[in-house]
Amino acid sequence: MSRWRISVDKDLCIGSALCVGIAPDRFVLDERQRSGPVEAEIDPDELVRDAAASCPSEAISLIDADTGQPVDLD
Amino acid sequence: MTIDSSPVKFTPALPGQPVPEIRTISGGRPVFRAELPDGRIAWLVSGYESVRQMVIDQRFSRALAVAPGRAQPGFEMSAAGSISGTDPPEHTRLRKLVASAFTVRRVEALRPRVASIVSQLIDAMAGRPQPADLVASFSLPLPAQVICEMLGVPAEDTDQFHAWSDAIIGDWQRDAGEMMTAAAELYGYFGTLIETKRAQPADDLMTALIAARDDADRLSEHELTAMCCALLIAGHETTANHINLSLLLLLDHPGQVATLRADPELIPGAVEELLRCTRLGGLPPARVTTEDVRLGGVTIPAGELVIPLYSTANRDRSVFIDPDRLDITRDAVGHLAFGAGVHHCLGAQLARLELQEAFRGLIGRLPGLRLAVPAGDLEFKPGMAIHSLRELPVRWDES
Repeated sequence: MSRWRISVDKDLCIGSALCVGIAPDRFVLDERQRSGPVEAEIDPDELVRDAAASCPSEAISLIDADTGQPVDLD
Repeated sequence: MTIDSSPVKFTPALPGQPVPEIRTISGGRPVFRAELPDGRIAWLVSGYESVRQMVIDQRFSRALAVAPGRAQPGFEMSAAGSISGTDPPEHTRLRKLVASAFTVRRVEALRPRVASIVSQLIDAMAGRPQPADLVASFSLPLPAQVICEMLGVPAEDTDQFHAWSDAIIGDWQRDAGEMMTAAAELYGYFGTLIETKRAQPADDLMTALIAARDDADRLSEHELTAMCCALLIAGHETTANHINLSLLLLLDHPGQVATLRADPELIPGAVEELLRCTRLGGLPPARVTTEDVRLGGVTIPAGELVIPLYSTANRDRSVFIDPDRLDITRDAVGHLAFGAGVHHCLGAQLARLELQEAFRGLIGRLPGLRLAVPAGDLEFKPGMAIHSLRELPVRWDES
C-alpha cells in the first residue's frame, strides 16, 4: 500500500491542536504552538485522515507518495 | 499528604466580582483538589502549560464527565452524546460532519453578510432615541441571526429559543427541573424543525446534517437533534456576551479605543487580546480521568473530575508579559479562550469574525461610545454559567 506524506502549513495553522488531540502519535506542537508531523511520511493511518479533515484552518496536507495526488479526506 | 488531600473551597467569581487570586487559593500548585459550590470535589488545573497539556490529552474524557450519574443538570446533562459530550472516535465522526462549515476559509466567506447585519443593526440603533440597550439591539441579535441563517432556523423564533438557552446554561444556583425542562423543549423544537426541513430542504447546515443522517447514515436521529441544539446554544449567548464583556473592558481604556478608531487594521489583534483578557464564565466544562494521570506534579487518580481554568492560562506570567494589562497591540496569539485539542471551539473562527465586525461597526460608526449608566449598576442574569448581561445601556456622540 502506498505511503502518505504529511505536511502542515505553519502560516495557516491556528494552533487549535485538534490534530494533536485526535492523533497524538502523529502530530506535535512547536514552541509557538504550531503543529507539525512527527514523521513526514507514514503508512496510511485513519487518525491522520481524521485530523486533516477536522483541521479548522485546512492546514494539513496529505499526499499519496506514489501518485503525488492528495489523499481523499472523506 | 494530609494537607494535599483536603480540598480547597472554590467558588468561581460571580460577574462583576474580582477574580479570586488562584495562586493564593492553590498555594502555588498548578493542579489542586477543590470543593465546588455544589459540593462536588474536582481537581482544578491552572496555568498555561498544565491546562494546555490536559485538554489535549485524551485521558481526560468529556463523555465520562457528562455520563448519567455524573453530569450536572442543564448543559452538561444535555451534552451527553453530543459533539461537546463525546470522546474520539465518536467525537471525531460528529466533528467531521460539521468541521467543513466552520473552517477559516468558509467562515471568511461569511464576512460580507456579517458586516451587513452589523450595519443594519447599527442603522436601527442610530435611528432610535438614546440610550440604546446594546444587548437587545446589537450583541444578541448579531450572533443569533448569524447562527440562525447558517443552521436554517427561523429568526423569528429567537426569543423562544433564547429563553431555553438561558435556562440550559444555568449554573449551580439554578433549579435543575427548570433546566431539564428547557433542554427537553429545545430538543422537541428541533425534532419538529428537522421534520419540516426533511419535507422542504434548503441550502443550510441543518439540511446538510439531515442528508448525512438519511443518505449516508453517518449519525443517529438523536445525534442529529443534539447537534442542532448544541450549535444553536453555543452559537449565540457566548458570542453575545463576549461582545458585551469585551466592550466593557475596552471602554475602560479610552486611549486604546482611540488607537483602534484611528487604525482599524488593529481590530483582529485587539479581538485576540480581548479574548485573552475576558472571562466569559465561571467554571469551564469538566473532564473525568480514564486512568491515573500525572499532571502538574501530581497524580490524578482514574475516575476523578478535572476542570481546566482557561482564564489562569490566559493570564500566565510565563507566557504573557504583564498579563493583567489589556494591550490591544500585543501578540495575544496562543491564548486558550477557545480551548485546545479535540474540543477546541468549533465556532472559534465564526466568533472571531463576528467580534471583528462588531468592533469595526461599534468603534467606527458610534464615536464617543460610552456606558449610559455607572458600570456598577449593570446587572447580570443570576444563575448563569456564563456572565450574561441583562442590559447594556450605551450612548454615543450624534454626528
